[in-house]
Amino acid sequence: MSDPLKPDFARFRSRTFVISQENIDTDQIIPARFLTTTQCAGLGLNAFHDWRYDEAGHRRSGEPLNALDTAHQQVIVAGRNFGCGSSREHAAWALHDLGIRVVISSEIADIFSANASKNGILPIIAPKIAHHWLLEHDGVEIAINLETGRVDLGNGPSFQFQIEPFARRCLLDGTDPLGFLLSHDAQISAYEARTT
Amino acid sequence: MSPDHAHPRSLFDKVWDAHLVTQETVETPALMYIDLHLVHEVTSPQAFAELASRGLDVRRPDRTLATVDHSTPTLDFAPGETPPYANEQARNQVETLQDNARKHGIELHDWDSEHRGVIHIIGPELGATQPGMTIVCGDSHTATHGAFGALAFGIGTTEVGHVLATQTLLQRKPKSMRIHVNGQTGSDVTAKDIILHIIAQIGVDGGTGCVIEYTGDAITALDMEARMTVCNMSIEAGARAGMIAPDQTTFEYLRGRARAPKGMNWDNAVAKWSELASDAGAVFDCEVHIDATQIRPMVTWGTAPDTGIAIGDAIPTPQTPAEQRAITYMDFQPGEAMGEHRISQVFIGSCTNARIGDLRIAARVMRGRKIAPGLRMLIVPGSVSVRHQAEAEGLDKIFRFAGAEWRQPGCSMCIAMNGDRGEAGQLVVSTSNRNFEGRQGTGVRTVLASPATAAASAIAGHITAAGSLMEAEYV
Repeated sequence: MSDPLKPDFARFRSRTFVISQENIDTDQIIPARFLTTTQCAGLGLNAFHDWRYDEAGHRRSGEPLNALDTAHQQVIVAGRNFGCGSSREHAAWALHDLGIRVVISSEIADIFSANASKNGILPIIAPKIAHHWLLEHDGVEIAINLETGRVDLGNGPSFQFQIEPFARRCLLDGTDPLGFLLSHDAQISAYEARTT
Repeated sequence: MSPDHAHPRSLFDKVWDAHLVTQETVETPALMYIDLHLVHEVTSPQAFAELASRGLDVRRPDRTLATVDHSTPTLDFAPGETPPYANEQARNQVETLQDNARKHGIELHDWDSEHRGVIHIIGPELGATQPGMTIVCGDSHTATHGAFGALAFGIGTTEVGHVLATQTLLQRKPKSMRIHVNGQTGSDVTAKDIILHIIAQIGVDGGTGCVIEYTGDAITALDMEARMTVCNMSIEAGARAGMIAPDQTTFEYLRGRARAPKGMNWDNAVAKWSELASDAGAVFDCEVHIDATQIRPMVTWGTAPDTGIAIGDAIPTPQTPAEQRAITYMDFQPGEAMGEHRISQVFIGSCTNARIGDLRIAARVMRGRKIAPGLRMLIVPGSVSVRHQAEAEGLDKIFRFAGAEWRQPGCSMCIAMNGDRGEAGQLVVSTSNRNFEGRQGTGVRTVLASPATAAASAIAGHITAAGSLMEAEYV
């Protein structure tokens, strides 16, 4: 695929960006005051807003996120339980708009994970040893093959990961879940006839 | 259908099985039918836009119920005037839902409805929430409806579009967890204290990937409003949903409500609902036991909902970098009692604690008393009908006399996107569900508590249990 917005997850290479904090909730990823939009686009501008900017709106100089370079760092390696809290899909839209294509953690919250894979972001659950290694090696270049479920960490502990097969299909070949559901119209009608 | 003793099923299994349009396979998730889709203005506009771009209609507007709650102001305004929205975007978002509801024939509880209010409060109030249903909403606190023995969970906006267009979702069956809460709670312990205690025990990710069933005599003793408070915060332990088996308490709550079955349909429904409880021998992936006698009034000291401690207990020494960051953000010291800090604001409201019972408890504590000088207190009823009920009982007079602001219904300071919020550095005691950094305004330090504790703390000006204030029974 040539579309830069839809990377080839079968041959994906990028450097990582580490946010080691645990339990990063979606209010941190995109604060609620930015949710009055009726669009998906443009939310990257305010991703992690209150981490990146002070109350006067100035960039916080000591905040590593202000040095994030998504031209080369499209993988966030986060502390345990990334994306917990609110179901807002705006969190996935914001990260995608920022240029993030992969999130790796030892645990990723259910709703965020579902939202991510519907928006071109691959959620990867890493084994504890690999997760720990990744947290300790900020900016390392990694290779991901979603077809084989392998993450190659070079000198680090490369690992296999599991992903729900339908989500994998959607990320790999752009399968449209709504189209898939619509193709079951007859079964849905039959269910409705049976239960009412 | 009598229980199959060879294959005992849980409440969750039964509701799950009854809603499969197609079974899951290795390659594809199950298609799950959704009985009730709740919609609000924040997480629906992009979904309606997706339908429009594909030329699709809403499949079952009759199974869709909408209101405006998150972006709506809670300030008074004169009839015929435009509501005082925080900004033009908020107004546009509300008007977008009004347009979409009109276009698709969806029942919208708008500014003129007696049942406008927080989406998770009006569903039960209307009797739209019923046992055995599948209920979804683009909102993580959809778990609230599990109090009725429904399978109810939050979804993202893409999935809101899926449900609008097909009334189904692609779902893998989650794992199951049963939490037994046994023993009699103290008279000063409320449902909020129970759930904060549970979350403190299992952690913010203790329920990840799971549907929780709450059971035990401390749960069955709760009324429906209290059960909703418990199920509401299931997501705060990472769970997909929380459920409680329907029983006589459930049926009595629903009887006679606008959307509840009537006449013979009612009897049939109750018979069907009575079979939903988990069979003896039903298997869960995980079981947790909580001793209800150990639960005391709770508050949180940190920036995650699992940082609950009993009021009066010392703030713990941070054990992890996340806890260190939290205690620094909250500007607390290990070993201190929570009561040592002055509070700036108190918020009573949200889908967790803005029902009539919550307001009655707050009124019982506040009656004849004044809130501490300089403190601001917002009391935001969960719906127009809760507000009217409270006013019929004179609760609003108690709140106004005390010096609190008696507001129009909405999510208000729980999510702080409508203009109701705290200021940086302020310590806020809140009956809502999330104490995340900045949740109630940039730099705001949130302490989660029950309505009783919030009311007592407003009177005292610092965090305190209702204790002796509650003893003065008010009739």
